[in-house]
Amino acid sequence: MSGAAVIALAGNPNAGKTSLFNRLTGRQGRVGNYPGVTVELLGGTLALPGGGEARIVDVPGSYSLLVRSREEEIAVAQLGLGGGPRPEAIVVCVDATNLLRNLYQVLQLQELGARVVIALTMVDELERGRIDSDALSARLDCPVVPVNAPRGQGLDALRKAIAEQLEQPAPEPRFRWQPSEALATELARVRAALPPEWEAGDAAALWALQCYGGEGAFETDSPAVARAVEGSALSGEAVDDEVIQARYRWLDRELGDLVVVPDSRVASERADRILIHPVWGLLVFIAFMFVLFQSLFAWADPAIGAVEALFGTLAELAQGVLPEGLLADFVIEGLIGGVGSVVVFLPQILLLFFFIGLMEDSGYMARVAYLMDRVMRSMGLHGRAFVPMLSGFACAVPAIMATRTMERHRDRLLTMLVVPLMTCSARLPVYTLIIAALFPAGHMMGVLPIQGTLMIAMYMVSVLTALGAAWVLSKTMLPAPPAALVLELPPYRMPRLADVTRMMWSRTRYFLTEAGTVILACTVVLWMLLSFPRDLDLSRDYEAAIAAAGSNEDAIAALEAEQRGEQLRGSYAGQLGKVIEPVIAPLGFDWKIGIGLIGAFAAREVFVATMGVVYSAGEDVDEESTTLRERMRAEVRADGAPVYTPLVGLSLMVFFALACQCMSTVAVVKRETGGYRWPAFLLAYMTALAWLASFVVYQGGRLLGFA
Amino acid sequence: MGAAGVVVRVSGARPVRRRLMELGLVPGTRVAVVNVAPLGDPLELDVRGCKLSIRHHEAAEIELEDSPDAPPRKRLKVRQ
Repeated sequence: MSGAAVIALAGNPNAGKTSLFNRLTGRQGRVGNYPGVTVELLGGTLALPGGGEARIVDVPGSYSLLVRSREEEIAVAQLGLGGGPRPEAIVVCVDATNLLRNLYQVLQLQELGARVVIALTMVDELERGRIDSDALSARLDCPVVPVNAPRGQGLDALRKAIAEQLEQPAPEPRFRWQPSEALATELARVRAALPPEWEAGDAAALWALQCYGGEGAFETDSPAVARAVEGSALSGEAVDDEVIQARYRWLDRELGDLVVVPDSRVASERADRILIHPVWGLLVFIAFMFVLFQSLFAWADPAIGAVEALFGTLAELAQGVLPEGLLADFVIEGLIGGVGSVVVFLPQILLLFFFIGLMEDSGYMARVAYLMDRVMRSMGLHGRAFVPMLSGFACAVPAIMATRTMERHRDRLLTMLVVPLMTCSARLPVYTLIIAALFPAGHMMGVLPIQGTLMIAMYMVSVLTALGAAWVLSKTMLPAPPAALVLELPPYRMPRLADVTRMMWSRTRYFLTEAGTVILACTVVLWMLLSFPRDLDLSRDYEAAIAAAGSNEDAIAALEAEQRGEQLRGSYAGQLGKVIEPVIAPLGFDWKIGIGLIGAFAAREVFVATMGVVYSAGEDVDEESTTLRERMRAEVRADGAPVYTPLVGLSLMVFFALACQCMSTVAVVKRETGGYRWPAFLLAYMTALAWLASFVVYQGGRLLGFA
Repeated sequence: MGAAGVVVRVSGARPVRRRLMELGLVPGTRVAVVNVAPLGDPLELDVRGCKLSIRHHEAAEIELEDSPDAPPRKRLKVRQ
């Protein structure tokens, strides 16, 4: 909007930027999403003293203004680089416990000629809790305001300093070092090639020279800039050497005496003696993962039950209000069922993001990446992929969203493509039904309980397949040199509940609005497939039969179940089931299982309910339902052989383990990758894998003489 | 526990080298290996009081000398 000044908030990662942003905007921030790539850009309103207002944008934390990827380029565009609109002022969050490295970025911004205000954070962690901020301000020639955002200290002074800066004329670009003659020549040459909107002269030329030049570098959209950078007589390394060393030389010389040793470091080092210890560190990590996993699995359960109950009540209410018919069916099964299928993810998403927020804000996430880097790298995965993979045991949807902790797009993508292979909780009802219906409760070789062992085997299959798939994909589809790991292990800090919950809400809101709409649309489509056409020629007049049954409720229920079953078998989904039968027959499945597979695309657990309707086992079947199990066991083929043998059960479970039968996952991958390409690939490769594996299991089993 | 010394030169792929230098690993800076991850990789370095983790592969590109006035040079390597 015109009129209001734009203030950018920049700074190193872990410098307390999020906390400051939350306090400055009074929690009014909104998560934005840049089209095509997911860079979270937060914007909010900043009240200034004297009644004025400014717009404040939160730039993702970085150590430098130099970029290596499209995502980083979008981030620094907020600071006026690469042709982005220049903010009126830039507030830089500077971590006082790591003064010089944080001020490095301030020097870069001053070279651009930006109005810089320094918000000095973490001062309370310094020895004696102070630092000479006046001297710092004088030597850097810009306002320096010590702040303690969580306690709300220094915020008014910061607002005042920002307002005062906005009154001042923009400073001249300020280089603290003298470029060598060779570099000055190159800067002049590149500067001449820059598009006019790149305003910042020498600093912009230097930035282009460092970001866009050389092998493996990121490419600019502007061919003129690319050509100019290409023609540089100086090697990229020589430029980097000169510039970075010159800045650090100035920092060391001019500000070295102001550096104060932080107290927090000792405690942090002591904690790390245990937390990244080869034995204790791994044990603590495993224990923590156990708690996280357990919470997603068991603790979220009551909340999931409550959500389901709530939507059940809603459906009943609607049933009472609406006249029976198509509209009621649509509202109850399509709409309420659809919204419910989105909202049911909330408990797990909230919990997972709560834990991730705790891990990120405390500094533990960096240690997880450190501990797991070696294992994950051998599969081509990023060290931080561990948490999403484990979360995949609960649900792939929040797990895919959790891949955002990785910087490189390729690493995120690879993780997203294998996370859906992990045994999520939605597969459990299916496994439970099949195992209970088709496998005896006895023991194998006298010791191993058959049912439990099968369940564990299914989990192991999923982990091995996911790791194997990651390895194969990283060798074929997504080849990349392992990203060099340059990871800061920040000092441990107590996470702030307010910041963690805020992050949790903003990511959850993104899920509800972005993925939720797609999931809802798919649910409605699926509902239509399962409920149309409605004017079927049924084998008998059920209404008359029901009327004839009079007050015999059991008979009515049986008739209604039979009617629903017949309608489903005649529906588009039922017809589709017959169409796909030749394809799934080699796996041992008939067309009725095909209907279940189509229904399971909405969500795997729907399989159980769909099978219930197909076999007319009554309304409220779940995996414990004995009627459904008996009907499945009694189901025979045309030749009288049973449809469901243990071999078919195994084949079906393998199919469920590997197939991507979850449109929520597909929807989330589509949102996170910004296109249809990767979700389509995910769907294709997992389905192919599932088909092949089931084929091998079923046909192999038959060859070995199993039924 | 491992190598320690003063940075003489950082080599290797440009983006990584640049990132390391921007994090303060410029010639003349003291650096020490303070931890090795459970499976032998990556390493934890202390640079200007900040803890940085990099892998052996990148660490091998950092050339150190024992101190500014003692010439023998070495690469940043750690006993396993």
